[in-house]
Amino acid sequence: MSWLPAFYRSTVGKKILMAVTGIILVVFVIEHMVGNLLTFKGPDAINAYAAFLKSSKEVLWTFRIGLLVTLIIHVDSMVQLTRLNRSSRPPAGRYAKTTHQAATPAARSMRWGGVFLLLFLVYHLLHLTTGTVHPDFSHTDVHHNLMVAFRIPWKVAMYGAAMVALAMHLYHGVWSLFQTLGVSHPHLEKPRLWLATALAVVIPLGFVSIPLAILLGVIT
Amino acid sequence: MRLDPKIPSGPIAQKWERHRFDMKLVSPANKRRYTIIVVGSGLAGASAAATLGELGYTVLCFSFHDSPRRAHSIAAQGGINAAKNYRNDGDSVYRLFYDTVKGGDFRSREANVYRLADLSLNIIDQCVAQGVPFAREYGGLLDNRSFGGAQVSRTFYARGQTGQQLLLGAYQALERQIAAGHVRMLTRMEMLDLVVVDGTARGIVTRDLVTGKVASYAADAVVLGTGGYSNVFFLSTNAKACNVTATWRAYKRGAAFANPCYTQIHPTCIPVAGEYQSKLTLMSESLRNDGRVWVPKAKGDRRRPNEIPESERDYYLERKYPSFGNLAPRDIASRSAKEVCDEGRGVGETAQGVYLDFADAIERLGEQAIRDRYGNLFEIYERITDENPYQVPMRIYPAPHYTMGGLWVDYNLMSTIPGLHVIGEANFSDHGANRLGASALMQGLADGYFVLPYTIGDYLASAKLDPLDVAHGAFRAVEDEVEARTRRLLSIKGTRTVDVFHQALGRLMWNACGMSRNASGLREALERIPGMREEFWEDVTVLGGGEELNQSLEKAGRVADFLEFGELMCRDALERNESCGGHFREEYQTAEGEALRDDSRYAHVAAWEYRGPDREPARHREALTFENVPLAQRSYK
Amino acid sequence: MNLTLHIWRQPSRDAPGRVVTYEAPDVSPDMSFLEMLDVLNDRLTNRGEEPVAFEHDCREGICGSCSLMINGVPHGPRRGSATCQLHMRSFTDGDHIWIEPFRAKAFPVIKDLVVDRSAFDRIIQAGGYIGVSTGSAPDANAIPVPKEAADRAMDAAACIGCGACVAACPNASAMLFTAAKVTHLGLLPQGQPERLRRALDMVTQMDVEHFGGCTNYGECHAACPKQIPLQTIAQLNRDYLKAALLNRR
Ligand SMILES: Cc1cc2nc3c(=O)[nH]c(=O)nc-3n(C[C@H](O)[C@H](O)[C@H](O)COP(=O)(O)OP(=O)(O)OC[C@H]3O[C@@H](n4cnc5c(N)ncnc54)[C@H](O)[C@@H]3O)c2cc1C
Ligand code: HEM
Ligand code: HEM
Ligand code: SF4
Ligand code: F3S
Ligand code: FES
Repeated sequence: MSWLPAFYRSTVGKKILMAVTGIILVVFVIEHMVGNLLTFKGPDAINAYAAFLKSSKEVLWTFRIGLLVTLIIHVDSMVQLTRLNRSSRPPAGRYAKTTHQAATPAARSMRWGGVFLLLFLVYHLLHLTTGTVHPDFSHTDVHHNLMVAFRIPWKVAMYGAAMVALAMHLYHGVWSLFQTLGVSHPHLEKPRLWLATALAVVIPLGFVSIPLAILLGVIT
Repeated sequence: MRLDPKIPSGPIAQKWERHRFDMKLVSPANKRRYTIIVVGSGLAGASAAATLGELGYTVLCFSFHDSPRRAHSIAAQGGINAAKNYRNDGDSVYRLFYDTVKGGDFRSREANVYRLADLSLNIIDQCVAQGVPFAREYGGLLDNRSFGGAQVSRTFYARGQTGQQLLLGAYQALERQIAAGHVRMLTRMEMLDLVVVDGTARGIVTRDLVTGKVASYAADAVVLGTGGYSNVFFLSTNAKACNVTATWRAYKRGAAFANPCYTQIHPTCIPVAGEYQSKLTLMSESLRNDGRVWVPKAKGDRRRPNEIPESERDYYLERKYPSFGNLAPRDIASRSAKEVCDEGRGVGETAQGVYLDFADAIERLGEQAIRDRYGNLFEIYERITDENPYQVPMRIYPAPHYTMGGLWVDYNLMSTIPGLHVIGEANFSDHGANRLGASALMQGLADGYFVLPYTIGDYLASAKLDPLDVAHGAFRAVEDEVEARTRRLLSIKGTRTVDVFHQALGRLMWNACGMSRNASGLREALERIPGMREEFWEDVTVLGGGEELNQSLEKAGRVADFLEFGELMCRDALERNESCGGHFREEYQTAEGEALRDDSRYAHVAAWEYRGPDREPARHREALTFENVPLAQRSYK
Repeated sequence: MNLTLHIWRQPSRDAPGRVVTYEAPDVSPDMSFLEMLDVLNDRLTNRGEEPVAFEHDCREGICGSCSLMINGVPHGPRRGSATCQLHMRSFTDGDHIWIEPFRAKAFPVIKDLVVDRSAFDRIIQAGGYIGVSTGSAPDANAIPVPKEAADRAMDAAACIGCGACVAACPNASAMLFTAAKVTHLGLLPQGQPERLRRALDMVTQMDVEHFGGCTNYGECHAACPKQIPLQTIAQLNRDYLKAALLNRR
């Protein structure tokens, strides 16, 4: 493991860490989104699923800690890289005029979008996991928690906004991680763009369908 | 001044082999103690500096560029010759030797040319090992093409960027030695003079182009790989910064300048568009493989090319040279273009151009085939002229491109100043009066990788050199001269920019000493140049200071040297009363208008010795003998 | 046509700079961009003002000297070409043109529009070569190289070291430049022995020189006069990852 410090110090190494942690996060959001869809099957389905997830404390906490560490690495790399990148072109040397030719809005919003996702996550955990900011939180009835939460339009709007951020983050992130991990070939260009687009559309839509359905009274 | 070419004895094919054995070696432990200055990091300079570094010498390498990779060698497009005979088409070292001597119109040294042809084999091996991505066939082996009128396919190429790839190979080898600490690279440093101590070259004086600091560097030997002087014409295919300063300064310190009038005009360049034109762009000669050159038969025919019927076109190269046709050698193709334009049959707005037409080739092979072969060249053309060469014929015109003349060197690449070695385009050695296509890259690399590293060892091992450093008074004296000159340039504060003088000199040189020359034109130029020089020193304006990056000052110094050098060029052209290769004297031509050599009087190298500002330079001769390639009239009919 | 130029002027490395506005009347559309600047400089000199310093040499898109940020785009609006290959017909009468130096911490301004790009040389020094000493090479055809590999190596080797990639990259990253060299040499059999070391050492040097990291923006490729493919960056990342895992140093 003697290579690790040097690896972590280098820009390319940090970026590879972001990509690897990014994949873990992507897998988590897919799993989470699919799990959440059980809400459509009725209160019992989703509550049972939640209960199952929490059935073993060890598994639950291993999972939570793993996710936390992943997120910390992801965010820490981002902070470090952002600092490095900023200092590579100090403010005194900014251009009077810049024109972007290639960078998509998704790519350019990775940092602020990421920060927004982080803030959302904090709020989200206080909201639906600990219930701290939930008006009527139950530790066992997830379905109830959701129904209460998403009858309020501005909460839905907030989750919706977070999902837009997630869509953008995934769109550039998934496309980009192939590049970062060196999985590249002319034949791969199109498939990887499709994959990024598909995930960026399907995951946020899947997520947001629940608050919307609750708000519109589809789920009761 | 004695010109001893030091050609080794023995049969031509064994001279170099024998010589290598006869040369003294510097012991490995001692090499580090010798300091060698290499000025220039083009193909010649970079390959030499890298190789000398590998051998263990202490090398200082100078370039006025910000990186060795920017040297003008980067621009070579076409390719590099080597007698590998991979095509099994009858090529051999002897044939390449023969072609080069003949192509040079019998004005080069046989022994040097043979060595060059021989070493061409090693160059390709070396470059491939360095990772130069030469074009390949599907079988994975190297591809070749025929180039510049050669009857065999011996040209290796990397798309249209051969010079770039070869230079990057040499540059990378050089950077490796820099990293290893064997070579110290000094970029943005211009050599402004040579320091000669007790008759041997012992160092240089430079100006740091960023800080303006003038400083000296001492060494046991000095190598110049500073390129050619085509920019004496102002407009040429050379990069803007190419200049004669290094070799000219060496000349003024005692190195003989050989054959300055031998310049090569390349037939396929994009014609001048307007007054503001700053340089000319070469279109690879390979275009002539499929393009047909023509002009209207009638004078002053201003119709558009597509409106001129076949019967009213003059495919003059095909007409005059049925067997070589559009592939006639460079000098012939260039001169013919000038002839038809002088007759008033030139095309384009300025009437200084001829058509290079691909219509037939497109019809025969299809547009796609032409696109595959020349796509990027067509694009370059379209970008510059805003015309689509798939639809309208290209317009081309000759432009100064390469200079065969340069500092005189012996077989060991040493000039008439002991210790001063000259390599690449900067020397006069291998191309005689005309260089064949794809041979300059070969020569630069042969000199740098395979010749100089041996011969300089012999010099160092034989010369009895006293240790010395820049504290020696000779350095201070030269520094003072350099500084005084810089101050003077800055203090004139006249009314005309440097470019105005350069353009005027260029126009004069092009008319008097360009593609064709005659005695009266040359005499007139010789009368006018001193006047121009005087005006320059009275009326040039150079703004800014000497202690900073000052591009006008750099240019001014270079143009001041061109203003002196142009005179020597005209003098040389005037004294050579014959036509040979790139030197075409109108008085000496056959009834058909071909160059007429005079072997009885001019089968020699003319090497000029500087004798002070108030005396005319002395013309010395090195007789050329042809034991292997019989003297014959070049014929491309 | 008549143009208004807004040009960055800075007397020296440490002096502050500013944008100065100049009028450029009677510009011919057939002029190259640099010729337009030549004419401006002549005019400035005749007026007794110091000409604008800018780098250029070959003026045919191969030496990599020219380096201007034109209206926020390195080498100007024409894709796949260097500033010296840009002609004034790409602009229209009355245009305002912003001309700035390539900017990055690793590319300090020397004067006006001239910057110091020697960091690139040091990246090459770190490993951008094949370590073969003169005279030790086998016959050129001894090792066949598949045509596809040779062609792709050539695509990457076309880099002219101009630094437009760095200038364009919001992170001032030198990934495309470094990747182009790693890819060029890594695709050839001759480049294999040093391949992993090369990636490690060149990336390390890139970081030492204070270039930023890559966020895969793709601006570099868009600005690159030689259109070096973005896939080279993937190749560099792969080699780097492999080198780190196999612990090659
Ligand atoms: C457009 C073009 C296309 C060509 N195509 C081909 C081709 O296809 N095949 C072929 O064989 N040949 C070709 N040639 C010719 C060939 O490229 C050159 O002859 C050759 O590259 C010259 O190499 P060099 O090393 O001698 O000089 P250069 O590459 O010109 O290098 C000169 C070096 O000297 C330095 N220097 C000069 N003066 C000073 C000074 N006073 N102080 C400090 N440093 C100094 C410069 O910085 C530079 O590093 C072409 C030439 C041109 C112009
Ligand atoms: C839902 C959780 C998240 C997922 C699924 C996710 C996923 C990804 C992925 C796949 C990448 C691409 C990595 C690459 O280009 O190789 C990435 C990059 C990035 N992520 Fe996240 N991420 C998440 C959360 C966050 C958070 C909370 C932040 C910041 C606070 C963040 C900031 C970034 C940034 C800035 C990048 C771009 C890094 C760069 O290219 O330099 N991400 N993310
Ligand atoms: C509209 C979208 C979303 C809804 C409806 C939603 C719903 C929920 C609910 C109900 C829980 C609690 C589950 C439980 O306690 O068993 C939860 C937990 C969680 N959610 Fe979400 N979520 C959404 C989006 C997201 C997103 C985009 C992320 C990631 C970026 C995320 C990350 C988490 C995390 C980390 C937990 C905690 C898991 C744990 O208990 O360890 N959620 N979510
Ligand atoms: S990669 Fe492109 S933009 Fe970057 S230095 Fe090379 S040629 Fe210039
Ligand atoms: S623009 Fe910059 S972020 Fe990467 S893809 Fe190019 S180096
Ligand atoms: S001046 Fe050489 S690339 Fe532009």
